Amino acid sequence: MRHRKKGNHLSRTSSHKTALMRNLAAQVIEHKEIKTTHAKAKELRGYVERLITYGKKGTVHHRRLAFKFLQDKQAVNSLFEEVAPSFENRNGGYTRIIKLGNRKGDNAPISLFQLVGFEKISDKAAAKAEKDKKKVAKKEKAAKETETKAQESAAEEPATQAEPEAPAEEKEAEKEDEEKKED
Amino acid sequence: MANPKRKISRSKRDMRRANWFSSMKPSQLITCDNCGEKKLPHRACPSCGYYQGKNIFIPKNA
Ligand SMILES: [Zn+2]
Repeated sequence: MRHRKKGNHLSRTSSHKTALMRNLAAQVIEHKEIKTTHAKAKELRGYVERLITYGKKGTVHHRRLAFKFLQDKQAVNSLFEEVAPSFENRNGGYTRIIKLGNRKGDNAPISLFQLVGFEKISDKAAAKAEKDKKKVAKKEKAAKETETKAQESAAEEPATQAEPEAPAEEKEAEKEDEEKKED
Repeated sequence: MANPKRKISRSKRDMRRANWFSSMKPSQLITCDNCGEKKLPHRACPSCGYYQGKNIFIPKNA
């Protein structure tokens, strides 16, 4: 009978599973988000949440409990000094699992395991947006240079031209975005 | 040993198989809120990397 037998053995021996969970938990604490199979992510959730609770308590005893599981000094340090303090005002639910689809090769469902508040992609997206802005700015400069040349010949006021300029640029940006989405 | 009493006729066999086949349904797709592509429900969009209004990953050929 499997009464009160929680959890998934993930087709491993007990020691193999413990080792797997140790590795995954240490990787989560180091990298803040990992990609793994959905079954492993769901099993890992309980371990990571428990570790973060240790980190929030922050005593030497809890540090030793965390080390007992992780067996990784760097991971314990980053857990207690970086990860746990950011969850001060959150009572549980420190992790998030997002399904990504099935893996090519064995069709295994893959998920993204995140620490809430440590999402990496927003940074990447911001960096990308900045790059795009720079590109647009370069284009604007080039466009203005050509315009100023035209203005010099036509001798028109720059203030009146600057206003209708902006919406046209926005349209260009939108067009670029649409093209990207189509890709 | 327990054995079937009668041979299963071609008709019976095919009726069983036809029923099994008609139960195979294509997966239900929804349109992505961010990019409008078709995607599987409850999963991050493979074409734009968004899920519930948040960017989860940046797709490779973007
Ligand atoms: Zn999408």
